[in-house]
Amino acid sequence: MEKRKNFTVSVYTENNVGLLHRISAIFLKRHINIESFTTSESEIKNVYRFIIVVKMTKSGIERVIKQIEKQVEVIKAFYHRDDETIFQESALYKMKSSSLFEERHIQNIIKDSNARIVTVNPEFFVIEKTGFRDDTEKLYKDLAPFGLLQFTRSGRIAVSKEKMGISEILNTFKNQN
Amino acid sequence: MKNKKISGAEAVIHCLLNEGVDLVWGYPGGAIMPVYDEFYKFQDKLKHVLARHEQGAIHAAQGYARSSGRVGVAIATSGPGATNLVTGIADAQIDSTPVVCITGQVPSHLLGSDAFQETDIIGISMPVTKWNYQITRASEIPEIFAKAFYIAKSGRPGPVLIDITKDAQFELCKYAYKKCDGIRSYFPYPVINNDSIDSAVALINKAKKPFIVWGQGVILGKAEEEFKDFVEKSGIPAAWTILGLSALPTSHELNVGMVGMHGNYGPNILTNKCDLLIAIGMRFDDRVTGDPSTYASQAKIIHLEIDPAEVDKNIKVDVPVIGNCKESLKMITDKIDKRSHKKWISKFDDLMKIEFDKVIKSDLSPNKKGLTMGESIIAINDYTKGDAIIVTDVGQHQMVACRYANFIRSKSNITSGGLGTMGFALPAAMGAKMGAMDREVVAVIGDGGYQMTIQELGTIFQLQIPVKIVILNNDFLGMVRQWQQLFFDKRYASTEMINPDFVAIAKGYYIDSDRVEKRKDLKSAVKKMINSKKPYVLEICVEKEDNVFPMIPSGASVSDIRLN
Repeated sequence: MEKRKNFTVSVYTENNVGLLHRISAIFLKRHINIESFTTSESEIKNVYRFIIVVKMTKSGIERVIKQIEKQVEVIKAFYHRDDETIFQESALYKMKSSSLFEERHIQNIIKDSNARIVTVNPEFFVIEKTGFRDDTEKLYKDLAPFGLLQFTRSGRIAVSKEKMGISEILNTFKNQN
Repeated sequence: MKNKKISGAEAVIHCLLNEGVDLVWGYPGGAIMPVYDEFYKFQDKLKHVLARHEQGAIHAAQGYARSSGRVGVAIATSGPGATNLVTGIADAQIDSTPVVCITGQVPSHLLGSDAFQETDIIGISMPVTKWNYQITRASEIPEIFAKAFYIAKSGRPGPVLIDITKDAQFELCKYAYKKCDGIRSYFPYPVINNDSIDSAVALINKAKKPFIVWGQGVILGKAEEEFKDFVEKSGIPAAWTILGLSALPTSHELNVGMVGMHGNYGPNILTNKCDLLIAIGMRFDDRVTGDPSTYASQAKIIHLEIDPAEVDKNIKVDVPVIGNCKESLKMITDKIDKRSHKKWISKFDDLMKIEFDKVIKSDLSPNKKGLTMGESIIAINDYTKGDAIIVTDVGQHQMVACRYANFIRSKSNITSGGLGTMGFALPAAMGAKMGAMDREVVAVIGDGGYQMTIQELGTIFQLQIPVKIVILNNDFLGMVRQWQQLFFDKRYASTEMINPDFVAIAKGYYIDSDRVEKRKDLKSAVKKMINSKKPYVLEICVEKEDNVFPMIPSGASVSDIRLN
């Protein structure tokens, strides 16, 4: 059987209510679990970019990409292996402020992991760490024994090594009309 | 009209008129009443047909679209009105039928409040529409309608849904209509790659046992002429999928029949013997391919297809030719050698003889007491001269009708292929008739499917739509019963039906009706029906436990097709 691998899907779209539902429904229909999903405005004004991480077979992801591209408001969709993208994710760790003073070791952990303290107040403080999954995971494991009040990790954000050429696609349309 | 403000509801009517719509199917209700009020005012220009159920309205719009080649329009209110459209929308999506659905919605300030008859039809319909959009301001109406019609009919057609909040229907707006001719994120007509044409031509010119399978893409692309030219110049035997049927006349010498689960023996067996398979405007549905791992695995495959997502979806192909087949077929035909494949075609003839002896003979000239579905279809052929639009439902009668009905003209076979929607035929037939008033329209329906949308007899009566309705009644859900017989040791779970008096029901709707039980009465009864100028219901009582053969068991290879 074909092996499942991590793929980062990048989708350039128009800004449209409900498109998120339309795209996620393509995965739902095939019973595929989405590992992470983020969206934001891209380098082009009013063009949005979805970054979706899924574990699938190569032939499966090829078919899904075509189904995504088929959607009227999708400009272009891509898929990449991990080594074809530069990717990062962020994590936030909320802890009791008292532990920062009682457990001096915490300060070393923060320093060693190149994490950053975002805010400190009398009750709690918040650490931020951006990096690979392994990095945020390691920091989680290191901090957990001291008591985490809250922990959250963002979806993956990624840029591809290859050129995507979205402006060219949009310009071609402009010139034809 | 430029500076005068009109209501959103009136704008809806103008949009429809600007798109050349003169007929819509629907059912009114609270959230769509402002638009209905405008239908009343514009009834001279725009005909609204009241169906008896929203499912009837959308299937009628589908039938209309399929017989006319135009966009069908269905309209319903919010909530249950909208959800009742969903089956037809899904059917139109999988069978690529251009339909625009309009639904009313609760006023925008009530969205999300679980207001009376509120339902999230945008969310519900999203996976089964080509595109959908919720309008909350009247000023959006012209642009969204222009987009909707453009999307529904361009490229690979499909259903589109526009949901309009009630306040947007009342709101005043300035109206200016500009037809849509392009959307920057949408590429309905991929540019044909010349190299792919050359590769296809090379394969076709050197093939010794080439075989064409065509689908509805030929009809949707209005490419019937180009297709016929290609078939005739290449001399390649051609078989159809159920939705491709009628694109090439039945009597054409290179038309070798149907592929798929209940297709003809030869085309299925020889799919796995050909050296080149040319698939045109079809999508390798599992009912066509059987086990995909063995499907034409010995052959090179060329796939002419407008939708890139269909390429390599179910079957890996060697040469994809992506684009409108109306153009690609012409490009290929210009470059190929004129050939004939007599010896290869004789193999189809040989296998047809076997199928005739083992299946067709007893279907059409039965020696059993009860009537067969096959002889009923032949009787229809005889009196329509093979020039009717045949609308079928889903099940045994559908397979038999597609196997035995004759066709001269394209767009004449209308059936629910991909979704297999029982209840499709009766409303689709009335839509098909309204889309082609000059054609004879015969609906062939089983006793099961007939009762799923039987209420549309009311619509047919009220409008006096002269459709001919043939019920092939075996008092069973025949196809499920056949599977129970073959694969579930004859445990006929919930498939036998104690049916009502169908003639009395038709007469209750003041529709002429007759019943045939004996062979000697069949032809005269069919003749009487065809000669009638009015709607007509003919119940033909057929053998209760006949089976449809040939048959490829589900998941088996096409070459494992059974004759009994």
